[in-house]
Amino acid sequence: MHNGWSIFLWVVYPYVMLASFIIGNFVRFKYFHCSITAKSSEIFEKKKLMIGSITFHVGIILAFFGHCLGMLVPQSWTAFFGITEHMYHLYGSLMMGIPAGLLAFIGIAILTYRRMTVMRVFKTSDLNDIIIDWALLITIALGLSCTITGGFIDYNYRLTIGPWVRSLFTLHPQWQLMANVPLIYKVHILCGFAIFGYFPYTRLVHALTLPWQYIFRRYIVYRRRVNTSY
Amino acid sequence: MKIKAQIGMVLNLDKCIGCHTCSVTCKNTWTNRPGAEYMWFNNVETKPGVGFPKRWEDEDQYHGGWTLNAKGKLQLRAGNKLNKIALGKIFYNNDMPEMDNYYEPWTYDYKTLFGPERKHQPVARPKSQITGENMELTTGPNWDDDLAGSTEYVQQDPNMQKIEGDIKKNFEQAFMMYLPRLCEHCLNAPCVASCPSGAMYKRDEDGIVLVDQERCRGWRFCMTGCPYKKVYFNWKTHKAEKCTFCYPRIEEGQPTVCAETCVGRIRYIGAMLYDADRVEQAASTPDESKLYEAQLGLFLDPNDPEVVKQALKDGISEEMIAAAQKSPIYKLAVKEKIAFPLHPEYRTMPMVWYIPPLSPVMSYFEGRNSIKDPDMIFPGIDQMRIPVQYLANLLTGGNVPVVKSALYKLAMMRLYMRAKTSGKDFDTSKLTRVGLTAARATSLYRLLAIARYEDRFVIPRSQKAELENAQSEQGGLGYNECEGCALAPQHRSMFQKAEAGKSTNEIYADSFYGGIWRD
Repeated sequence: MHNGWSIFLWVVYPYVMLASFIIGNFVRFKYFHCSITAKSSEIFEKKKLMIGSITFHVGIILAFFGHCLGMLVPQSWTAFFGITEHMYHLYGSLMMGIPAGLLAFIGIAILTYRRMTVMRVFKTSDLNDIIIDWALLITIALGLSCTITGGFIDYNYRLTIGPWVRSLFTLHPQWQLMANVPLIYKVHILCGFAIFGYFPYTRLVHALTLPWQYIFRRYIVYRRRVNTSY
Repeated sequence: MKIKAQIGMVLNLDKCIGCHTCSVTCKNTWTNRPGAEYMWFNNVETKPGVGFPKRWEDEDQYHGGWTLNAKGKLQLRAGNKLNKIALGKIFYNNDMPEMDNYYEPWTYDYKTLFGPERKHQPVARPKSQITGENMELTTGPNWDDDLAGSTEYVQQDPNMQKIEGDIKKNFEQAFMMYLPRLCEHCLNAPCVASCPSGAMYKRDEDGIVLVDQERCRGWRFCMTGCPYKKVYFNWKTHKAEKCTFCYPRIEEGQPTVCAETCVGRIRYIGAMLYDADRVEQAASTPDESKLYEAQLGLFLDPNDPEVVKQALKDGISEEMIAAAQKSPIYKLAVKEKIAFPLHPEYRTMPMVWYIPPLSPVMSYFEGRNSIKDPDMIFPGIDQMRIPVQYLANLLTGGNVPVVKSALYKLAMMRLYMRAKTSGKDFDTSKLTRVGLTAARATSLYRLLAIARYEDRFVIPRSQKAELENAQSEQGGLGYNECEGCALAPQHRSMFQKAEAGKSTNEIYADSFYGGIWRD
């Protein structure tokens, strides 16, 4: 691939998307705070939602931690604890990754089907909801394919993609590492970054407002009118 | 002891004619917006009946309110905090009602009514306000209005199902009453306790429960937490909405819209002082039928100097204390004990109370020598086993004696006043039997039957002046639009017209019509 293209795809594009993620979320939380909700459509349909939503959320959370482990932790660290590449690949990627990916995929497939076919849900969705549903479906399908093909072809992404991701965070992007990565991984990565960039403008922002404080607070909340001396 | 003030309401069901004026004026004020079409902050149900949403009283299905866990500790019936996290309830809330449990809002295809003359008369078909498609109406607001006698609805009423034994639903035993419902603004509000975001709160000064729309994230636990199903989900904004007790009006010392417009004058609004420290203990009373009395025990006598002293110390305003001293709620609920909370067994300590209707009882035996012999009323009430048990299931968690004594009292007051106005003799010792005196019976009659506006509504104005720093706002507040003209926002259109070159006479003609200023 031409160097210019490589630099665009593996340096410029990811940074633009990450910048969009950070700035977009900042703007959304600061100036459009009121628009941040879980955007539930449960009132319109429950049965498909029950299976779809629980499966998807459990799967995607597991997949998120899997990505953190695979991308952010260098192979040398796991090796230090005596975990060989073979062990990591078999137990980590395949035995944990495939079930997580399958859960996320089945979940999002049900949710997408529900959004498109249940009339009350479809008619009350905006374009953004539909785009993000399909985007997630495609990205998760690609990601799951990467993991499953990993069972047949011997490809160690922890020596190429992992260091490249970390190099993005250290601000010394090593785009050369991405040169010989299989196409399916590349497409998955590009789709993934697209979702990151698009994230702040969609319903996905609810993932950033998890109500942790509920665990610690007392049950009944009182609010006193504040003295408005300014 | 920590004294807090609470605005409450009492509804005299004896006088409710089920006209739905409260519901309609409330809807026009608060919920005539897209996304809120199906919401009724106030609705009137025919009882026995299924209610709105359907079978809302079936907490085995909806899991609303509180319950005691194995250790006897108070916990949300929908599950404690850990259980909600562990079971992933935040991803999917099993207890939440669906739109079909309420009804799908619709409008009519009015367009087809206008157009060229056709052979057949045009019909305006109902169209869903959600999908815009034609729909077949199978349910709607008040679908079971006045159908209390029909077996289809009676059998589905959870309160009816609790009545033991074989109930003959023949015509003679059929009875019917209306139950206007709004948010209870509970002392122990489970919706507030359920809200993960902390968006729901009780106002410190008057206990009104509100949703902070800025902080609501649409997790929907409040909807399921509320056993009265009075928190609704706006499907357009994806946030929770509920009865606000018309707080902008209350702050100005005015009654809520539902109470103001009630044609039967059945609603009373007033302030109560209660001990906030004992709420949890009272709500944890093991015996469900004792919860009503436990809640009564929370209210403090506003005329007790000790209570007043403590209330002032706890930051209750003097106006609030004065209002509590004249409170019709205190009189009806605590002093006379003729008003009861709705479903105290939910352990929510609700603050909208009901005077049970005498009508199902009176209509049964009135005219059968009852006027000649007032004593007939007591066996009469005892005989009406089903209505009384039903009322107890509704209002006292099954505590029949307290409902009976309220009914005795109401009936005796009625008989006394009837004798008095028709110039007949009445043995006043009969009043003593139900805990009344001639003076008290007359005063109660005035409050219930005459129900003058200023007796029904004793609402303290809020203390905005104290809370806002008048010093710093002097010369600033209200003058933001243009320096120095306080009425600028209201008269902006006139200034604009003047700038556009209109003469004073023209502006006057535009803005004042028949002496009435219009914008």
